[in-house]
Amino acid sequence: MGPRVIRSVAIACALILTGTRVFAQEPPDVEALRVEVARLRQALEAVEAKLATLQVAPPSSAVPAGASKAFNPDTSVLANFVGVAGRNPASQQPALQLSEVEVAFQADVDPYARADFFLSAGPEGLEIEEGFVTFTTLPASLLLKVGKMRAQFGKVNALHTHRMPTADRPLVSENLFGGEEGLSDSGFSLSKLVPNSFMFLEATGEVFLGASNVFQTSKRSDLNYVGRLRAYHDLSEGSNIDLGSSVAFGPTNVGPDLNKRVVGLDATFRYKPLRRAIYRQFQARTELMWSHQEMPEAVHQDAFGLYGLGEYQFARRWYIGGRYDRSQRALDASIQDTGGSVFLTYWPSEFSQIRGQYRHTNYGDGVNADEVLFQFNFAIGAHGAHVF
Amino acid sequence: MRSMIRSLVFVLLATLVVSHPAVAAVQVVTTTADLGALAQEIGGDRVTVTALARGYQDPHFVDPKPSFILSVSRADLLIVIGRELEIGWLPPLINSSRNAKIQPGGRGYLDASLNVKILEIPTGQITRAMGDVHPSGNPHYWLEPDNGRRIAQAIRDKLSALAPADQAYFTQRYNDFDARLADAQKRWNSTMAPFKGTKIVTYHRSWPNFTDYFGLDVMGYVEPKPGVPPSPTHTLELIADMKSQGAKLIIVEPYFDLKTAQSIANQVGGKVLVLAPSVGGAKEAIDYIKLFDYDINLLAANLKQVTGK
Repeated sequence: MGPRVIRSVAIACALILTGTRVFAQEPPDVEALRVEVARLRQALEAVEAKLATLQVAPPSSAVPAGASKAFNPDTSVLANFVGVAGRNPASQQPALQLSEVEVAFQADVDPYARADFFLSAGPEGLEIEEGFVTFTTLPASLLLKVGKMRAQFGKVNALHTHRMPTADRPLVSENLFGGEEGLSDSGFSLSKLVPNSFMFLEATGEVFLGASNVFQTSKRSDLNYVGRLRAYHDLSEGSNIDLGSSVAFGPTNVGPDLNKRVVGLDATFRYKPLRRAIYRQFQARTELMWSHQEMPEAVHQDAFGLYGLGEYQFARRWYIGGRYDRSQRALDASIQDTGGSVFLTYWPSEFSQIRGQYRHTNYGDGVNADEVLFQFNFAIGAHGAHVF
Repeated sequence: MRSMIRSLVFVLLATLVVSHPAVAAVQVVTTTADLGALAQEIGGDRVTVTALARGYQDPHFVDPKPSFILSVSRADLLIVIGRELEIGWLPPLINSSRNAKIQPGGRGYLDASLNVKILEIPTGQITRAMGDVHPSGNPHYWLEPDNGRRIAQAIRDKLSALAPADQAYFTQRYNDFDARLADAQKRWNSTMAPFKGTKIVTYHRSWPNFTDYFGLDVMGYVEPKPGVPPSPTHTLELIADMKSQGAKLIIVEPYFDLKTAQSIANQVGGKVLVLAPSVGGAKEAIDYIKLFDYDINLLAANLKQVTGK
């Protein structure tokens, strides 16, 4: 219907034009008319060709539904449900618990910055897990975050619960670095890419208030500091190595003016054949931490801990892995806890996972525990992609 | 003395000129190899192109590796497929790039989907129960030659804006690509003409623009819903549908497992065909036109076998 109408209109226009020309030029010469008709035919063909391309290409940039909500932040809700069975006299973990509901709001603030908020509701109440602004367009390869955030210390500390490969955190995090919550505090984080032609090298410096599970301040002038250097290199298109060293220093509530320093090393190897990337991958990771805690009566405690973890994806939705744990205790390094876990994770989709984990722990004070943990993680809404 | 100063100044100036060539290549980073190939067609030797995802990799699932952050941090121009294809991996790269030029909305950011023909834009309410539905339409739009031309136009315009001195060069290279593409389209259209209306099955919804352009009728998918792996019930239904409608060919992307597709093909007496959905998806598919050459030749030969045309 449409093209035919346009074509008839074009022909009519052409005829009218021809008519006016004929009357304007006298006397009408047959040869001139022939030239004129040929010219018009050409013009008509051009119009038809143009019409044809338009029909092929109605560039469909249709605006999707919900455009009026375009400036609302990406909103998502993530839930973590954990159950535990078996005997562990050293643990207060309840048998069944919706241990965390995380609500995330993420959006660009303006052309220069973006903001991320993660509110965490758990049995202890609602708290701000993270809430920070990231200035993405600073000069000199700098990236600045301001707000409350998880510190860039090692690997596990920066991970939210739903990104952990296990239903718990390693013993070394529990003993030396604040457990589930870790070092998450109000402060600044400034990081810079260090230009070189060999690898990705990133240096990060952070300053925090000192109101976390790791550091506690009693004076306004006593802040705590974190530094990290991360090096990453692609070994091949499907494998890479990721190395980091971190240091954290600050006051603690062990006593007035008693500080703590933690030094960490982490190494991760990843293998993922690109053609089979959605079916197979392997990851091995280790983190080592040395904690130096000043104690009253001038005796300090030097505690060491580590974990080693391997995880293998053997089918599109299935992962299996194991973890070895060993850590002394920060306030009494003579006590060393060891443990091991095996775990199996099923991902019905990218937005949910179901995990079973068997965990054996030998506590240094003579208590042994064998437990089975199970975990359901699920998310709704638009949750921003995670950093690697 | 004065001449000595003059020669020193001259030497200094000469060094400056040598170490800072007047025309520096535009650093282009593209998310996929197809966009990389098109940027190379238009940019020629005035650009340096880095494509992040490989052509044989599922473009929905790419790791945002720090090495990619480095590439993006150095880019003058970032070209993306858009329509949320890269939503799972591109935002962290852009956020960590510390590069103001290529932030969305910046001068060096080009969303290639803005002027192309997009299919399967959902209407009404969508939920995750429908699988991985892209709210702003199917992002696999580059597999249609006319869209390739439109992307090339957008790249020509963007490069000309970033390097106005080379505008004539980019225009000439676009015109040359346009002419070669038009010739190739005639060839592909005539090769595919006998198979118009043939019913086929694809693994994922990666091919709507391709099949729409060449007149193939996709009657089903190996995935029960986009992004959801095959299920036994759906597989049985698909086998029954293929038998009743006489569909014999299953097109699979190189990054999917062939097992289910192969067993369906065995049941219906058909064939599984792995086509390249992107440049680099097969050894021979080294540029945008060769990608179609490869796919069309393979597809036509196999359609001939199963349809007897």
